[in-house]
Amino acid sequence: MHGNRFRHNILTALLLAPATAWLVVFLVLPFVAIAVFSVGERAPEGGYQAAFTLAQYANLPARATAFWNTMVLAPVGALACLLVAYPVAYYLALKAPPRWRLILLALVVIPFWTSLLMRTYAWMYILGGRGIPALLAFVGIEDVRLINTPGAVLLGIVYGYLPLMILPIYVSLERLDRRLLEASADLGAKPLSTFLGVTLKLSLPGVMTGFSLVMILLLGEYLIPTLLGGGKVFFIGNALVDLFLQSRNWPFGSAIAITLVLVSVVVLVVANRISNRVAGARRVDLI
Amino acid sequence: MRAFVIAVFAFLYLPIVLVVLFSFNAGHHASEFTGFSVQWYGKALSNPFLVEALKNSLFIATTSALLAAVFGTAAALGLARVGARTRAVFDGLLGAAIVVPGVVIGISTLVALVQLFAVVNPFLASIWPNDQPPRLSLGYGSIIAAHGLFSMALVTMIVGTRLGSLDRNLVEASSDLYATPLTTFRSIVLPQIMPAVVAGFLLAFTFSFDDFIIAFFVAGAQTTLPIYVFASIRRGVTPEINAIATIVLVASVLLVVLAQWQLRQRKPSN
Repeated sequence: MHGNRFRHNILTALLLAPATAWLVVFLVLPFVAIAVFSVGERAPEGGYQAAFTLAQYANLPARATAFWNTMVLAPVGALACLLVAYPVAYYLALKAPPRWRLILLALVVIPFWTSLLMRTYAWMYILGGRGIPALLAFVGIEDVRLINTPGAVLLGIVYGYLPLMILPIYVSLERLDRRLLEASADLGAKPLSTFLGVTLKLSLPGVMTGFSLVMILLLGEYLIPTLLGGGKVFFIGNALVDLFLQSRNWPFGSAIAITLVLVSVVVLVVANRISNRVAGARRVDLI
Repeated sequence: MRAFVIAVFAFLYLPIVLVVLFSFNAGHHASEFTGFSVQWYGKALSNPFLVEALKNSLFIATTSALLAAVFGTAAALGLARVGARTRAVFDGLLGAAIVVPGVVIGISTLVALVQLFAVVNPFLASIWPNDQPPRLSLGYGSIIAAHGLFSMALVTMIVGTRLGSLDRNLVEASSDLYATPLTTFRSIVLPQIMPAVVAGFLLAFTFSFDDFIIAFFVAGAQTTLPIYVFASIRRGVTPEINAIATIVLVASVLLVVLAQWQLRQRKPSN
């Protein structure tokens, strides 16, 4: 029997070996590398010079605008996404005719898997000088500026991340036990209080998943602010591209990247806490 | 409510429709539609830089998706055989590979590889018998590796989910009937997880083919299609870009539809 157990372990190790190597070499080591860089100094010719200093972190306010724009537009964008996504997910899960449901769901999934670059380009095209502003000029409203504004970036964000917000909310609403809705109505609850007390509450885990996913991806967003903000609305992603590919201040860039990851972790943990608390409260409520 | 939902779907699809429509514009400028023409497709496909970028993207997407499908499936099979603690560590790392923003993956891979090359290249030069030692640098390999990280995590999760809903009775029946583990794997497990593997491959391909930000950092002197398109967009909007965008959109949609169809194939009945 011992030989069998040994063979079992060898095979498991062989199956896991390539994935482990990949995760260590291309996820763990790179992360350790930027952590080390973030406490180093910039070499005179650019790049990295070994040191142990927190000067890079102390210097973070130098990129305060990028942080400010990201920290404002990421939650606002995620919230705007949520407000548009919730009714759609609600309709798909609870109201749509069954034979339409899968088709509509596929129509939500497809944009999610098609190039964000191409989809953002579409809005550059529409908001740019020859798009909507040209149409408005045609009816007499001149000099409207749409592209390269925070509003254009926000629109691009909602457009780009809407599918990612709809899917988890749809999943949580679809799993919802419909008998609860009937029970609530039978007990004389008004539709609004059934919605607030049952539907919304039970779908909150999906809402938190969608919100935190969209928020985290937005924290690292580069394409949308670059193409629709036109160098006027900088995100942390823009600062990182500048520091790594143009001004070559790698230690400072690493400090920003580490900060970005830490903020993402905080967002995930807080979202998880809220979800758990709501799920916990739900369990108590239903017994 | 229905009106709102219809409006949202219009919002999702109208911009794409406009891009496709204007790729058939006969006019030179993106401003007004002056007639139907496919000249921009001809122009795009006879642009050597563009064709080169397209070939690079196809090669990188195929290679990284193949590696991800093989290693990711192996990992999912391996994870079904380990204890809860090992599994939790892997789940954490795979989750991180999916959730960490692409910009951070790109930067950290760049930093780590540049440091690694700075050590390896002089070493190779010192042990090489002649004057032309191989020089490792950023390029195909680094893009494939960085894309493969996300893709492998994705395949592991998709195949893992399918393995979790595998019909255990069939596996036990097979070994009760004295089938060797290999035979059981080939005739019971593999056919059931195959749709998930294929779907994982297609999604991995789509991800790699569409990715801009990771490749932007680790491409070195290479160009991928999104990098080329990004650079041309910054130079100015032309119908040629619409033609490329249309080709990419159609290809992605076909692959995603194929992947979804595969995922629905032979779903174990429960």
